[in-house]
Amino acid sequence: MKNKIYQSFDEAVADVADGSAFMSPGFSGVGVPRNLLAALNRQGAKDLTGISNNCGTLDEKIDVGTLIAARQVKKMYAAFTSPTHPSQISPFVQMYNDGEIDAETVPQGTLAERIRAAASGIGAFFTPASVGTELAEGKEHREIDGRTYVLEYPLHADYALIRAFRADTFGNLQFRLSQRNFNPIMAMAARVTIVEVEDEIVPVGELDPDKIHVPGVYVNRLVKIPPDGIFD
Amino acid sequence: MTEEKPKLQRQAMCDRLAMEFQDDWIVNLGVGMPTLCSNYVDPTKDLIFHSENGVIGYGPLAPAGEEDRHLVNAGGQNVVPIPGMAIVHHADSFALIRSGMVDVTVMGAYEVAENGDFANWRIPNRKGGGIGGAMDLAACAKQVFIAMEHTTRDGKPRMLKRCALPITAPGVVTLVATDLGLFKVTPQGFELREHAPGWTPEEIQEATEATLIIPPDLKEFRFRD
Repeated sequence: MKNKIYQSFDEAVADVADGSAFMSPGFSGVGVPRNLLAALNRQGAKDLTGISNNCGTLDEKIDVGTLIAARQVKKMYAAFTSPTHPSQISPFVQMYNDGEIDAETVPQGTLAERIRAAASGIGAFFTPASVGTELAEGKEHREIDGRTYVLEYPLHADYALIRAFRADTFGNLQFRLSQRNFNPIMAMAARVTIVEVEDEIVPVGELDPDKIHVPGVYVNRLVKIPPDGIFD
Repeated sequence: MTEEKPKLQRQAMCDRLAMEFQDDWIVNLGVGMPTLCSNYVDPTKDLIFHSENGVIGYGPLAPAGEEDRHLVNAGGQNVVPIPGMAIVHHADSFALIRSGMVDVTVMGAYEVAENGDFANWRIPNRKGGGIGGAMDLAACAKQVFIAMEHTTRDGKPRMLKRCALPITAPGVVTLVATDLGLFKVTPQGFELREHAPGWTPEEIQEATEATLIIPPDLKEFRFRD
């Protein structure tokens, strides 16, 4: 069996080239691959395209906003391209308003489904979300059984940075509670999937096959978060 | 003069919307004010709270010291699990939403129009928007309830003939609770169902751009028992 275990986060992201597209999961700060994002920030790749629910928060924690603030990202696909409160000015918001970064605002369910489409070999899909709004302008519409839908395309990525709770050495993954969020679909959608593991990496065969959230065939690299790593 | 009169508190507004939830409903509460709806507990009804991040059937906010860092609602608040809770990933969570299984979503808004349009994701002169899951929910939930202040901070009406801001979904709002009353969206426009104590229909109309329908059975706002 090919060894997927890397000894450091830096080693695991060393080959991310300038211009790569990456996916970064997490919702309300849970399930964010903070150690891998920190490593990608240290690695310094530039002109990246990011796919994430938001564009970084205002707290001090490492997230996709850390890469944006370091000017490593040229474009974001996200459900939040402005903060939930207008008074909050994140580095992303400042750069977006100044024209220093590009972004596409994607309704959250459409974002998730575009990622799942990429993971599933689906060429495009019709969704009712955003019909009648400015986000649907210029997109192909179709009426199906009396309801209007808008055509949306898959979102592919070169890398997915993933936060799992537990893994086995083959890369089978388990998540805990709302940590799951975008993690499984992103892990399945990217060309190279890199995972930071909170709890433990157990020998292959020890996880119940019925309780695996992402099959190891999708996973390329695993790093166990050390006790002094970032857990929240 | 009217500015000094007491208006309804946010909890009372959300209580009133929560009274409309029916037994066995799947309920999705938006970030901010709508989360207050979960503070209104009616023991005769079983509600299932759904959160966009794939939590189906969560309980109340976790008491201090008992938070599970892996379990949050859509607003990032730690909640407690309840028996029967299930977890799915984000794509399946929105599959549930788009399939029409959510009975009601409660959201905040900047504006609501008498044709049922509402706007809550984008403000003028600012690039981008905070759309989150609002468009998916608004387009696909069986009903959309709105909780918002009746006017802006500088006194401009939010209950309009047509939305001025970019809308979140067309023609979907069914019920609005503001700090001045409860309003049903009908094919003819906003119907004032209940007025805040001390506020006359004429005073509420004055704070509203759209023309209100005042029914003969208009009632005073209903508070929790």
